[in-house]
Amino acid sequence: MPVHALEVRGLLKNFGKNRVLKGIDLSLSHGTVTVLMGANGAGKSTLVKIICGYHSADEGELIKAGQAFSPETAADAIAKGVVTVHQSIDDGVIPDLDVANNLLLDRLAEPRSGFFVREGKLRKDAQQVADSMGIDVDMKARVADLSVADRQMIAIARAMARKPEVLILDEPTSSLSATEASRLFALIDRLRDAGVAILYISHRMSDIRRIADRILCMRDGAISGVFEDKPLDYEAAVTAMLGHRMNEVDFTAQVGNGPVLELKDVKLTPTAEAINLTCRDGEVVALIGLLGSGKSRLAEVIYGISRALSGEMLIDGTEYRPASVEQAVQRGVFMSPKDRGSNAVIPAFDITNNMTLPFFAKFSKGSFLSDNRSRARSREMNQQLGVVCQSETDEIGTLSGGNQQKVMIARWLMEPCRVLLLDEPFQGVDIGARRDIGKHIRTSAPGRTTIVFMAEIDEAIEIADRIVVMSEGSIKGEHINKNIELSALISDISGSQVSTAGQNP
Amino acid sequence: MNDRILDFSIKYGFLILLFGLIIFFSLATNGFSSPRSAVFVLQSVAITGILALGVTCTLVVDGFDLSIGAVATSALMLSAYSMVILEQSALVAVLLCLFMGALVGMINGLLIVRFRVPDLLATLGMMFLLIGLQRIPTQGNSIATGMSLGNGVAAEGTFSKAFLWIGRHRFDLVLERLVPMPVVIFLVIAILIWLFLGFTRHGRMMYAIGSNERAAELVGVKVNNYKIAAYMISGVTASIGGILLAARLGRGDIASGNNLLLDSVAAALIGFAVLGAARPNAFGTAIGALFVGILLQGMTMMNAPYYTQDFVKGAVLVAALVFTFYLSSRRTGSGH
Repeated sequence: MPVHALEVRGLLKNFGKNRVLKGIDLSLSHGTVTVLMGANGAGKSTLVKIICGYHSADEGELIKAGQAFSPETAADAIAKGVVTVHQSIDDGVIPDLDVANNLLLDRLAEPRSGFFVREGKLRKDAQQVADSMGIDVDMKARVADLSVADRQMIAIARAMARKPEVLILDEPTSSLSATEASRLFALIDRLRDAGVAILYISHRMSDIRRIADRILCMRDGAISGVFEDKPLDYEAAVTAMLGHRMNEVDFTAQVGNGPVLELKDVKLTPTAEAINLTCRDGEVVALIGLLGSGKSRLAEVIYGISRALSGEMLIDGTEYRPASVEQAVQRGVFMSPKDRGSNAVIPAFDITNNMTLPFFAKFSKGSFLSDNRSRARSREMNQQLGVVCQSETDEIGTLSGGNQQKVMIARWLMEPCRVLLLDEPFQGVDIGARRDIGKHIRTSAPGRTTIVFMAEIDEAIEIADRIVVMSEGSIKGEHINKNIELSALISDISGSQVSTAGQNP
Repeated sequence: MNDRILDFSIKYGFLILLFGLIIFFSLATNGFSSPRSAVFVLQSVAITGILALGVTCTLVVDGFDLSIGAVATSALMLSAYSMVILEQSALVAVLLCLFMGALVGMINGLLIVRFRVPDLLATLGMMFLLIGLQRIPTQGNSIATGMSLGNGVAAEGTFSKAFLWIGRHRFDLVLERLVPMPVVIFLVIAILIWLFLGFTRHGRMMYAIGSNERAAELVGVKVNNYKIAAYMISGVTASIGGILLAARLGRGDIASGNNLLLDSVAAALIGFAVLGAARPNAFGTAIGALFVGILLQGMTMMNAPYYTQDFVKGAVLVAALVFTFYLSSRRTGSGH
């Protein structure tokens, strides 16, 4: 048996009652790029944090080059040759120092490196490092003034200055353009040839096609698929990542009445195809796609947070061009954003105030709030959605994640609207709460159009009348939620070919 | 059981301490528990209390206003300048000061929301700017009737009676001439800010902004407008404090008002601990100001030397902050 660069055996990790990793086995070999795929909450980042010494495992072992490897801290992992470049680039560089200093920062931090910095020698050494990596930037430029791609390259070059045997890259292209990404791939090719074992975490199918030697898929804290036979089966990998346990769908797909929201030739990025989409009254449309497919950007455009490059939107046939969230809300466009912790929950407020926040004006007389009325309304909504709480004046922080999410959804179901946007409504929500929310969204659907943005196929099938697939900023296919051909759906998501099956023009 | 004791002490601990102090001073000194003494305490905290109520509004939107002390002293100098040197009426002086406070607040707010300057730095800069600015017209001198204006001319104007009335008038209540005007103004402002922050939708939205700005923005709250409004309230209340100070002193004294900033910030922060609110609130701020006032008055009557005052204020502040942050973090559990 060949000695692997890094081997993980039976890794278990719990956070409280939450079982995040349920026994992970994997191995990384020298000179190969292993891509790790997994949806949000699959446990990827926990796995990475254990490997790079940030968390410790509850059970299981790490073996590096045949020897037990148990990093105590992040610095310890680096010293032992396992280096991680995290998703947020600025963790890897010091923006206020110049390129030369950044590249050799680790050398400067060594105790024996002398008291005074010799600028000339430093710059010469740094130039060598840069040349060996194929990085072409001015050594005297401040890192803060460089492009994102250059900063990313420098972060990786810094990592390489430590001569790692294992390099972990966490979504390195998430903020890079296509040309910038191709420079990164060239660098990765070079490192692979040098024998480095690389673990590359990404959702972007184009990246994965370009550099993967093998693919590992994670789902619900376990490895759900390993693909290493060439040619790699990308569609099977997406299936393994997203899963498609068929749930019995207990509703018939609605076609909906007249059009409510129409998108005409909306362009999100200069290179993406224009988006044309009509959402009808009473219809629930699921927009699915991987991270970075542009679906969150589209939600922002419809909700007035950002602008499309071109194209127009109509609501009920009249022009809709929101300049702010406020204007969107006035036109009856409501949105429950993803990541409720940072985007939706007001931690200082109780359930009632959290729920009624957008409609304070409706619950007040001459600016004075009527707590009685808002509490009564909140009590009603709590009952409808089955929020588990002592009373409607409980602090929001005392609720479980699922119940908090119910309150966030109830916030926007309280008043009638024309367009309801739900971005990842099932994020961090247990299956029971997910069913409750889904049921309520469907029963309250008539009278508005509902668009749900999500990554998981299961969830979309559970809730939507029509499933629209997005990839790379444009629409790749549409499917009526009735005897869906999963393979066609999955090939749309992974972007292998434009599907015609089940398309709804 | 232990939880209930903890809950109770978080909620009422500070108020119990306050009553304990009052009882202790009443027994230990002669005349502490008289109406005159009570009014004296109120008077001593009225101006800091007014400033503290303003800074509370900026704390609510998760901001901070370091310029309040400088705004107050600028109002002091501006009112003196307009009456003594420009020979304007009391009304003009008051309006000028209020306008100046609102303008400074608006500039602070714009620096913070439009130019993205961090709140502490923007208001610190404004503080220095105002401290300097208020001295330029008089070349660093205090303003009083009869002061020399150079080339042998003396300032003719005087502080008008009506203006001095704001700072010195006393209303009859039980005893003759008992309640001074500044105390009445303090109480009125306290009630107004308490109503505004606690019971109007605008106040509630300001708390939402302070707790999670991004979330407030995503439901369509006009975050920037509310933030600017908070700084404008802070500027206006600080200028009211400055007017009262000028009316009490009767001259544009360059050296007064040095302690205003720190004392009022302390009162607002002590307010976090009152009733276990753990957040800025008008009632807590008023109680916080009173607490400091009572403590200092009691100690003075027990003949504690003046130089121990700052030490005592600091100790109270540290205790209140521990109350707020340590105890309430234990109550809510150590995070998820």
